[in-house]
Amino acid sequence: MEEISGNKKDLTQNEANDMERWASIVGGSALVLMGLQQRSLRGVLMSLAGGGLIYQGATKQSTIKQAQEAIGIQQVIKVEKTVTINKPADELYRFWRNFENLPRFMKHLKSVRVYDDKRSHWIASAPLGGSVEWDATIIEDRENELISWASVEQADIDNSGFVRFKKAPGNRGTEVKVVLEYNPPGGALAAVFAKIFGEEPEQQIGDDLRRFKMFMEAGEIATTQGQPKGHG
Amino acid sequence: MKAVCWYGTSDVRVEAVPDPTILNPRDAILKVTSATICGSDLHIYDGYIPTMQKGDIIGHEFMGEIVEIGSEVKLLKKGDRVVVSSIIGCGQCNYCKQQMWSLCDNTNPNAWIQDKLYGFGTAGIFGYSHAFGGYAGAFAEYVRVPFADFGAVKVPTGIPDEKILPISDAFPTGYMGAEMCNIQPDDIVAVWGCGPVGLFAMRSAYMLGAERVIAIDRVPERLQMAKDFGHAEIINYEEVDAGEALKEMTGGRGPDACIDAVGLEAHGLGVEGFYDEAKQAVRLETDRPYVLRQMIVACRKGGTISIMGVYGGFVDKIPMGAAMNKALTFRMGQMHGQKYIPRLLDYVLEGDIDPSRVFTHHLPLEETKKGFEISKHKKDNCVKVLLKP
Repeated sequence: MEEISGNKKDLTQNEANDMERWASIVGGSALVLMGLQQRSLRGVLMSLAGGGLIYQGATKQSTIKQAQEAIGIQQVIKVEKTVTINKPADELYRFWRNFENLPRFMKHLKSVRVYDDKRSHWIASAPLGGSVEWDATIIEDRENELISWASVEQADIDNSGFVRFKKAPGNRGTEVKVVLEYNPPGGALAAVFAKIFGEEPEQQIGDDLRRFKMFMEAGEIATTQGQPKGHG
Repeated sequence: MKAVCWYGTSDVRVEAVPDPTILNPRDAILKVTSATICGSDLHIYDGYIPTMQKGDIIGHEFMGEIVEIGSEVKLLKKGDRVVVSSIIGCGQCNYCKQQMWSLCDNTNPNAWIQDKLYGFGTAGIFGYSHAFGGYAGAFAEYVRVPFADFGAVKVPTGIPDEKILPISDAFPTGYMGAEMCNIQPDDIVAVWGCGPVGLFAMRSAYMLGAERVIAIDRVPERLQMAKDFGHAEIINYEEVDAGEALKEMTGGRGPDACIDAVGLEAHGLGVEGFYDEAKQAVRLETDRPYVLRQMIVACRKGGTISIMGVYGGFVDKIPMGAAMNKALTFRMGQMHGQKYIPRLLDYVLEGDIDPSRVFTHHLPLEETKKGFEISKHKKDNCVKVLLKP
């Protein structure tokens, strides 16, 4: 696995400018995905974490892109969703930082196991009761502000993401923004990948965040599963 | 247990279904002692509310006795007699904290449905379609009450159900309608619709300081109740033009505030009525805004329009020109039950108002369909039907 390195003191002027630019895109009020445009989220997150070595993986990506164009497999999934939660940032950060909590409100995740400060193992639900797994590592962890992560090289489903916690105006609590990027695999996993989020990944992630808000604010996730109904 | 389940337009059936169970720690299970048909239930019965599914248990205006509580219920215990808000609110989101319970962020598991049509999801409501959460309703022997500490208000023994039951929905809806009028001393308030919500809106308008209340309807028995219970002056819009009558009755100025207690199944007259019914029949329009249009024109310049009648979808041809140029204020919403129920209970217990007077019929749960039929057609002088499981 590629080591993430980058000593901030050694940044060139370009790298420092880069960091500043991505910081204002990731940390600002405008749409993050608009600011990213065609760039890979992973690259931006690495750049933001300290410049220096930028994860390449270029060969693997261009092969995939050619294959995609040839067969017409769906493109990268990029999702951006924001929710305001009536709780302080540190409470929300602490809950999210323990990735093992994520399956409680992220429907597509079966489980996440945290190995140490950086590494974790993720298992997502696939159709017909199957699953897809990958290892991830934390790129940057700024307490109560930002957590960014990415799958390690050679993961079946190349993905990266971040969650950002920012105080909401007045006493509305905290604005939580999640941006995720999933790169579809080639071959047999392509169809599986398409099914993980269903038809609308935006809606899926939006619902996940809504459940996170329900859990943190109200203490429980609203449900009607198991209630009585007529059967004619 | 027995429950009333919806199967389509004019098709409700009493069936045996499983008893509800605690699904979340803040739930309570209620044994329903009394429930009642609300005007908005008629929209479900008439097939105007989308996202209903066959088998859905309906009913949202109810009261009863707590028989079981979840692990996080702190304010209620088994045996407590309570009246319950039709709206389900979590009590913790910004909206609930500001007493806007029908805007709760956290009680609608299907909020994604409303995201598309409304932009944002609103609170869950008992027995009112899957867009509003798909919660099993209370026309049944038992009902599960989520966030019970907030939604269920304790009621003393020794006072009959009929006096309390409308506090679940009809009374707070009418009260909120009147409150949104921002009534000033000497104001004249006009109320369209002399059903239970309209009747409570009339009494509430007086409670809030209105000088005069004028009620508009076409059913003679309801207009009589508007006089007797609502203490209102009355206009039968099939006999006179309501807008003109209102003008002459208010010194040529128009009423200071207008309350819509009719909603999407408004009955229009003449060509205009025909227009809306025709468009609705082929679903080019989903709601019939006859009352809305009339209120906008009848209201005095600078006055307030308060909308408590339920609308679900889209309406045609609203006189926005009139509204804008007359500088009207529009206020509306599903009632914030939890905000109003405690104070309305006080008014009833102090003897200021007797809500039981709106009930004209008592039926067992098995005859709910008959209850719907007489409510819908206003047969037999029906104003409000009380159901006993």
